[in-house]
Amino acid sequence: MSTIENVSRRGFLKGVVSAGAFVLSVRYLPESLHAEGLPGNARVDHSTFHPGIFLGIEPDGTVYIVAHRSEMGTTSRTSLPLILADELEADWKRVKLEQALGDERYGSQNTDGSHSIREFYEPMRKAGATARLMLTRAAANQWKVSPDECKADLHTIVHTPTGRRVGYGELAAAAAKLPVPKAEDLKFKPKSAWRYIGKGSPSYDLPQVVTGKAVYGMDARMDGMVYASIERPPVLGAKVKSFDDRDALKVAGVSQTVSVEPFQGPWGFQPLGGVAVIANNTWAAFQGRKKLRVEWENGPNAGYNSDPYRKELQEKSRTPGKVARNHGDVDSGFASGGKIIEADYYVPHLAHAAMEPLVAVAEFRNGKVTAWAPTQNPQAVQETVAKACGITKDDVICHVTLLGGGFGRKSKPDYVAEAAVLSKKVGRPVKVVWTREDDIRFDFYHSVAAVYMKAAVDSAGKPTAWLQRTVFPPILSMNNPNEDHAADFELGMGMTDVPFDIPNLRVENGAANAHVRIGWLRSVSNIYHAFAVQTFADELAHAAKRDPVDYMLELIGPSRIVDMAGVANPNYGGNYEQYPNDTGRLRKVLEIAAEKSGWGKRKFAKGAGMGIAVHRSFLTYVANVVEVQVSDDGTVHIPRVETVVDAGLITNPETARSQFEGAAVFGTSIALSGSITATNGAIDQSNFNNYPVARMREAPVRTNVHLVESDAPPAGIGEPGVPPFIPALCNAIFAATGKRVRELPLSKAKLD
Amino acid sequence: MVKVRVNGVDHSYDGDPAMPLLWYLRDELRLTGTKFGCGMSLCGACTVHKDGVAVRSCITPMSAVDGVEITTVEGLGAGGLHPVQKAWMQINVPQCGYCQSGQMMQASSLLKTKKNPTDEDIDAAMSGNICRCGTYQRIRAAVKAAAREMA
Repeated sequence: MSTIENVSRRGFLKGVVSAGAFVLSVRYLPESLHAEGLPGNARVDHSTFHPGIFLGIEPDGTVYIVAHRSEMGTTSRTSLPLILADELEADWKRVKLEQALGDERYGSQNTDGSHSIREFYEPMRKAGATARLMLTRAAANQWKVSPDECKADLHTIVHTPTGRRVGYGELAAAAAKLPVPKAEDLKFKPKSAWRYIGKGSPSYDLPQVVTGKAVYGMDARMDGMVYASIERPPVLGAKVKSFDDRDALKVAGVSQTVSVEPFQGPWGFQPLGGVAVIANNTWAAFQGRKKLRVEWENGPNAGYNSDPYRKELQEKSRTPGKVARNHGDVDSGFASGGKIIEADYYVPHLAHAAMEPLVAVAEFRNGKVTAWAPTQNPQAVQETVAKACGITKDDVICHVTLLGGGFGRKSKPDYVAEAAVLSKKVGRPVKVVWTREDDIRFDFYHSVAAVYMKAAVDSAGKPTAWLQRTVFPPILSMNNPNEDHAADFELGMGMTDVPFDIPNLRVENGAANAHVRIGWLRSVSNIYHAFAVQTFADELAHAAKRDPVDYMLELIGPSRIVDMAGVANPNYGGNYEQYPNDTGRLRKVLEIAAEKSGWGKRKFAKGAGMGIAVHRSFLTYVANVVEVQVSDDGTVHIPRVETVVDAGLITNPETARSQFEGAAVFGTSIALSGSITATNGAIDQSNFNNYPVARMREAPVRTNVHLVESDAPPAGIGEPGVPPFIPALCNAIFAATGKRVRELPLSKAKLD
Repeated sequence: MVKVRVNGVDHSYDGDPAMPLLWYLRDELRLTGTKFGCGMSLCGACTVHKDGVAVRSCITPMSAVDGVEITTVEGLGAGGLHPVQKAWMQINVPQCGYCQSGQMMQASSLLKTKKNPTDEDIDAAMSGNICRCGTYQRIRAAVKAAAREMA
């Protein structure tokens, strides 16, 4: 439910709109949260959806819309206000966006999980429709006619019988005095009247981006600020034993060194600690830091080595784990004869490596902090900074800049807390700049995972029993370092929600402890789960000498809603009635992808072929057909990708297409070369030379994105393109070379 | 003392001659359109023109820019948008946009020497510039569109 109040006199947009402007506040509270009251508490990343938005109309007709979500390239910042503007019947050219501060009264601002449009589509429409109705009533009052004779038309209200018109700006003051209409009085525009929804608009920031004027976190500045570069503990939980800063202080421009306290208790989003070098420019801070000599007291995580850890995970994946979903009798199925097929899959840690390394500027003054940061989650900034500085979160002001990429890393605000803590110690605003090396060595890594798959198949090659077991150190280890089992939301990403029509099916999870910080990365656990499940399905199809598409359709079975009774079903926070796991939609994207790619109709030369995969994540259905050419030396070339997407109603189709084009490139990076490893607890990789990501040469030459027309409610766009791409690519490599990829990245496999 | 002309304006610098041009542009001249991405000439986010040719400002020391003319993204379209910037808008290339200054500086440098670049020319010239959002296919299309406009 939602409530809307007229807040014109309460100064929410102080400094943005003038006195006398018409300002509406919308609060939307999911029903589920009413029982518990408003949770201003932790777990912001997994639970709280209580969105809100403000809009203001100036007497000159300018419409201000607050963008309360962060912009990292998905166009959330543009597309949500676009929905509001459409329902308001506003002229987009007269809309100005204002980026919200971190503030819980806006509801969730945590821009991850591909849920910006999904969660805020209705509140935005409601906000627009409410304002439109109030403007209509204000015009009707002015003309002394019935509001039923008036309608909105591009920033004006028209009296239909007489053709009289009055602009939104002229009505703003009068509308501000009216009571807010009841929700049941709102009339939404029919789809045929939509101006922007489904048609879209380029990013609001595009002109600034192409002229170099857009302000990212790296570009933020505060008067009198100094620059800091921090030497952090190479091993998670290590502490400074001693340090020698004599040479560092000799570097021109370096003014001092400052200790940063290590985290207390579970690491959460707290800074790692270390020693900061303070200087009058970024370069001097970097140079001074190179001259620091720090001795560390390493803790138990210094025993973390990726090779033996991998063996541990794989052994664990071969022994019974905690049952997360079970139907039928898998053990009898395996015992009752038939052919048994099993396989082990492995995906290493990954780093986010957004193009903009982590950075933040903060000033601590008189018990309050003002920060500027490229953050996906400004309210987590408030909480984390408050805790680190010993103040309350209301005393933390967080300005959100544009983000030079995020991919999940920038929802963890350790870097902002570093700037705030240093400012408190130094007495001036501090800009903390992470080097690329810092960015890769001190990430919250995508979890390393081992997945074991086993099936019994009948004489036609169809599975009669199916077991899938996943083992990986869980994300919630950040709140409890001893946590060794996955959370429901991690298992709900491609494990417990497996959509196959198999009589005996069991999903298990084995224990694994984290020794580095684990965090979510674009599409999260779906990466290794879709890789294992969709590759295994391809293996079974080939074992049965069946066409992979036909076989997959048979595995998925008839169109139905996947029965999740008795299974923990987080469903990405979506209500299962509104967002069911609909195998009809899954089948459809698969069939379209096959058709668009010419599946089964094309002949390939030696070393070339196509692979297919299909996966639902973030409530969106995606199928990929990937075409590869593998040369004699093992180089993988990807001339073409067909991506078919059913994401329900899509607000901004062109930028959605961009997201799926980009997801194919992101998936290419993971598949070809993504690997983070540790030796004695320290990360081995450091920059794009040893953590390569896809460049133009390696990236798919052409990704064709097909968006399925749908009136289903909006679902995710930013993430769901990644999971199916990787197995589709690996299945294509099998088709091309006969070599089966069960471990990522491909650079570890022998394809030559 | 280093004398350098940036986007048509003369400057003199007497600090550490080893400091990369990138940080002079960003921290001293406050021309922040040029981005820091890797510090090792691996990603191309810091690309500027030195006497008209694309260079990585993160590994170009101040000592190497004495008497030269530097153009940054802020100076690329002197008196309006450069055809590359127009093409970038028209084809809706950027996602997060952070790498795009470097991409456009690289592309505009390419178009000075190759008026009608082939796919291979574009791949060769642009593969030093990383885009983590994965906008490569639009970049390739935009380079061709800019070439057409400049023809």
